[in-house]
Amino acid sequence: MKKKIVDRLRQRYAGDQSPLDEDMISSLGEQPPELMRTSDEAYEALEHVHESRVWEAVRQERDMYQQIHKWSYSSGLRLIKRVYTTLAVLTCGGIILFLLWTVNMLPPFGNPNNPDNNEVAARYIEQGPEETGAVNMVAGMILDYRAFDTFGETTVLFVAACSVLFLLKLNDHKDGKPTSAWLEAEYDDRHHEPKNDQILQFAARLLVPIILLFGFYVIMNGHISPGGGFSGGAIMGAGLILYLNAFGFQKTERFFTYNTFRWITFGSLITYAGLKSYSFYTGANHLGSGISTGTPGALLSAGFILPLNICVGLVVMCTMYTFYTLIRKGGI
Amino acid sequence: MSVLTVIVLGFLLSCAIATCLAKDLLVSVIIFMAYSLLMSILWMLLQSPDLAITEAAVGAGVTSILFFITLKKLHAIKVKHSEEKDR
Repeated sequence: MKKKIVDRLRQRYAGDQSPLDEDMISSLGEQPPELMRTSDEAYEALEHVHESRVWEAVRQERDMYQQIHKWSYSSGLRLIKRVYTTLAVLTCGGIILFLLWTVNMLPPFGNPNNPDNNEVAARYIEQGPEETGAVNMVAGMILDYRAFDTFGETTVLFVAACSVLFLLKLNDHKDGKPTSAWLEAEYDDRHHEPKNDQILQFAARLLVPIILLFGFYVIMNGHISPGGGFSGGAIMGAGLILYLNAFGFQKTERFFTYNTFRWITFGSLITYAGLKSYSFYTGANHLGSGISTGTPGALLSAGFILPLNICVGLVVMCTMYTFYTLIRKGGI
Repeated sequence: MSVLTVIVLGFLLSCAIATCLAKDLLVSVIIFMAYSLLMSILWMLLQSPDLAITEAAVGAGVTSILFFITLKKLHAIKVKHSEEKDR
């Protein structure tokens, strides 16, 4: 019986989790005391062997870990750094050489026999003002001939803003209570915010109106100058960021909230898509905007280019501002 | 190519190299700002004012500000001791 119990104990230490036999359990109760004692001794001996093996394994592992640690912090780190530097320099040098080689193979600038000097460019130059109504060829190209290209760019900006929203926006309210993450971010932001920074506030009071006005001018002047939607929107976004930095979230929340961002972006993209996609259904026949062709100095001219410019500008402005607020605080 | 273009191109190259080699990330971002401003001057010399405006607003303005906030969030900007005591 004793041998059987020791065998079973050994099995259990080797990882066998099968339950003890019925007769073994019953025999444990009616054992003579000496058998009990010897089984205890066997148990202890087994435990001792097991423990020493575990300690041996732990020590070996620790030694190995220390060796790897030492290696990685002395020669290993140096080796990796050297390999990394070499690879980086090689890659950069390779790309630079490849690009210079490609530039070397380009046809000379301004040569009349260049392949880009074909009937497409001639048509743009000759019939552009008549067909698109744009005074400036660049504006006619980006917002009429290639309006879908610009639409794609605007959508890319919108998608980028959406992904930043998904990644960085904190839940501000949960079951009617502000979440702790949001409160922490809010406190952190208020703590680091410049409080009554005289120089910054004075400069902002002076500069923000000028910046916003200039951005507005660039957007509104875009259809009779080389494009203005993106640049004007970027300028206005930068102006808004300066205002926010100087005066804090409380003041900007009066006119720019999450809903403002949502509705402006949505409305601009829908307007753009509507103005430009109907010609799919009319078989590339434009219905005509009722707006005259471009006249230098006239605000309402050059067809649809002015509203399209305004749409692009608004989307760019909102995206810039949203990027900033989301990265700074995790909310608008 | 005018003399001004050559000068701006030279500064542009040195700014690009300095951005890579700067040890401090804050210094790196500031040099990158200078790079963007030089780039906008270059766009102006290449007669594309719309790109010059965009480069100045996005490259020197918004991008650098986003970099600054990121560095601040990562505590990569060193704070002076006198300011450290206030916290």
